[in-house]
Amino acid sequence: MIAELGHYALVLALALALIQSWSPVVGARKGDVALMKLADSTAVAQFAFVAFAFGALTFCYVTSDFSVANVFENSHSQMPLIYKYTSVWGNHEGSMMLWVLILSFFGALVAAFGVNLPSSLKANVLAVQSWIAAAFYLFILFTSNPFRRLAEVPLEGRDLNPILQDFGLAVHPPMLYLGYVGFSMAFSFAVAALIEGRIDPAWARWVRPWTLLAWMCLTVGIAGGSYWAYYELGWGGFWFWDPVENASLMPWLAGTALLHSAVVMEKRNALKVWTILLAILTFSLSLIGTFLVRSGVLTSVHTFSTDPSRGLFILIILIAFIGGSLALFAWRAPALKQGGLFAPISRESALVFNNLFLATACATVFVGTLYPLVLEMLTGDKISVGGPFFNLTFGPLFVPLLIAVPFGPLLAWKRGDLYGVAQRLLAACAVAMVGLAAVFAFAGTKAVLAPFGIGLALFVMAGAVTDIAERVDLRSLSLATIGRRAAGLPRSAWGTVLAHFALGITLTGIICASTWGSERIIALKPTQTVSISGYDLSFDGMISRNGSNYSETAARFTVRKQGAVIGVMEPSKRLFPSRDGMSTTEAALLTRGVSQLYLSLGDSNADGSLALRLYYKPLVLLIWLGALVMAFGGALSLSDRRLRIGAPKPAARIVAQPAE
Amino acid sequence: MIFAPWLHKDGCAEMKQGSGLWMALSVRFLLVVMALLGSAPVFAVQVDEILGDPVLETRARAISHDLRCMVCQNQSIDDSEAPLARDLRLLVRERLKAGDSDGQVVDYMVARYGEFVLLKPRLSWHTAILWVAPLAVLIAGFFTIGFAVRRQAAGGRLPAVAVLSEEERRQLKAIEQAQLDSALGGRRT
Repeated sequence: MIAELGHYALVLALALALIQSWSPVVGARKGDVALMKLADSTAVAQFAFVAFAFGALTFCYVTSDFSVANVFENSHSQMPLIYKYTSVWGNHEGSMMLWVLILSFFGALVAAFGVNLPSSLKANVLAVQSWIAAAFYLFILFTSNPFRRLAEVPLEGRDLNPILQDFGLAVHPPMLYLGYVGFSMAFSFAVAALIEGRIDPAWARWVRPWTLLAWMCLTVGIAGGSYWAYYELGWGGFWFWDPVENASLMPWLAGTALLHSAVVMEKRNALKVWTILLAILTFSLSLIGTFLVRSGVLTSVHTFSTDPSRGLFILIILIAFIGGSLALFAWRAPALKQGGLFAPISRESALVFNNLFLATACATVFVGTLYPLVLEMLTGDKISVGGPFFNLTFGPLFVPLLIAVPFGPLLAWKRGDLYGVAQRLLAACAVAMVGLAAVFAFAGTKAVLAPFGIGLALFVMAGAVTDIAERVDLRSLSLATIGRRAAGLPRSAWGTVLAHFALGITLTGIICASTWGSERIIALKPTQTVSISGYDLSFDGMISRNGSNYSETAARFTVRKQGAVIGVMEPSKRLFPSRDGMSTTEAALLTRGVSQLYLSLGDSNADGSLALRLYYKPLVLLIWLGALVMAFGGALSLSDRRLRIGAPKPAARIVAQPAE
Repeated sequence: MIFAPWLHKDGCAEMKQGSGLWMALSVRFLLVVMALLGSAPVFAVQVDEILGDPVLETRARAISHDLRCMVCQNQSIDDSEAPLARDLRLLVRERLKAGDSDGQVVDYMVARYGEFVLLKPRLSWHTAILWVAPLAVLIAGFFTIGFAVRRQAAGGRLPAVAVLSEEERRQLKAIEQAQLDSALGGRRT
């Protein structure tokens, strides 16, 4: 019964979305307040119904109701409770439910908290939002119904894919979707602005918090997925340039560019047309990402035909939204008035530079991901585009971008003084040089590029510190004044500094882990010892134990450094009887500061030895730590007073610093 | 599947099973392949494959990094645990032991398995757009910006620069300072 109610709630949500798709637009055109206001109620009600539907599906999962096909295929009665919750979105139908849940949630947020939005803009935004929602409700109801019942009720479910039975599933997909779907807000605002034919700095101020929120979630989502792959896959890689990863990286790159261009628009009323285009493109890339993953077109062009209805449906959604919005853009954008002149050397130009390189990097990933697909469709030739290609093309694009990062915030708006900024960055430059020399001295010249990378990372970090030091005027004031000034700085300024600093953190992690890590591949018998980078691991023996829905064989290792025991590592293999004896390998991690020892198991050999893969990954945690700091910077910026109060008012109050 | 008829039974069948799951989530497909192959978990590079000569082994690893395991989704033979990847790794090492240069090994693999085996495609007519795209986008971007700047310069003028004297600059700084402090102080109380 509950499944049918959930299904029905989804149909009602669709009906509401259809009403909301036209009433506010008509209301905004005619100036009919009642019609516009209708959208507020429908948006909130839509969220309520979708939440109910999602809750119903969750209920089916938690109670292991195997009469529902989706639950039967992806759950098991013995599964730990947390995985019963997470497996709701660990499959196609359920993940689409999560998609619409988040979409309707954002819609409801605008309706409930967008009190200071001009009513016609708000009405149009909600209308656009419900176009997207309606399309996805239809998609779920017609091609991916999660509430489908089975005629004969099975006694036991087929279990969730063991590899997904991990805490990562609780974090990664929801964060990723919050990011993807969050960009729909920027999209809706952009399309609404085009419909209205009017756009001003206030628009950018309303769009920024939504973009920032989506960007933060996407950052955490991508980092979470990367860490999950790192510990789950067993060979310690953190980024594979897999098409699915690229699908999430593209909206991130575009979204990052959007954050920066929206600053220019908000502060200087310039780059309007570009910002609108970027908002459209960012969400389009999110849609394309969804399409690439959902349709299975990436696995092989042929998988497409195994479920043509889904692929075709998403393709239609894609064409309608991307094509439609770009057509609207081409038609209406020329009417938008450009404003805010600036000189070639200025903060605005620095942000344009940032956008140029981010957009190019995004285009590179886009072409690299889709090229093999298109080539095969057009000519039948099969080629592969993988990591080595992206490292060679994407990497160099990020170098000028990172060099420019410290310059941007120090340049003045309108007309900057590059020479002056360079002088102010002398200290940061010196730090980078010393770091570079030190790395060369200690690590030798085996890896020539790595020391330069470290130098660059130090430059970025020291540049961020310089920015904040200048803002609090570190050199000339007393300690008390510095503290007062630091407290008085807008939070968005701290946010910028943190996010930029975090770039350096992540870069350091990537370079150190991939350049100076060590690897041992060996076969070891019990009581034998293996050494790596100053750590000695002795193999104590094998342990067997049972988990809730699996049995596990673990190898126990005692880790010593200079004779002193510092920890125990137990890499294991898990066998899942419910999944026809499918098994997973669980790597063991030993964290030392921000470095890690990484141990994963292979086969047992006939002579009683055990195959092992052992890594030492120096500073590897910095990669994800950097991403978290970046997201925290975003959160700080989001909590800025300026964004909380929303609408810009004429500056009655004296503003200390041009906020970021 | 032109390169090896036995691929199908070895890997592709598994890919097809896995694809539904993979589609279902934006978790890496490799995870699923691994789970499906999981009943006999093996490593990417195995102990018995490693060459005695560390120089040759290092070269073998470097070459393996750029060669694709054809039955996997976007995985190098160095990372993959599919049986095919193992065969290819052994093949690479055999060729190296036979005295091939790195280039010759790669050529050999391409001759045998086609361009598909390269994770970094060679520059040719049918990959020209791929390789040129990043630079082309960058240059096009530069020109677009240049064009926009020219048009902006034609449309409007920035006000002439008024250079402040050293004295004026000091005064400005003092005013800013006073305002800042009063603003901060004002907010506090």
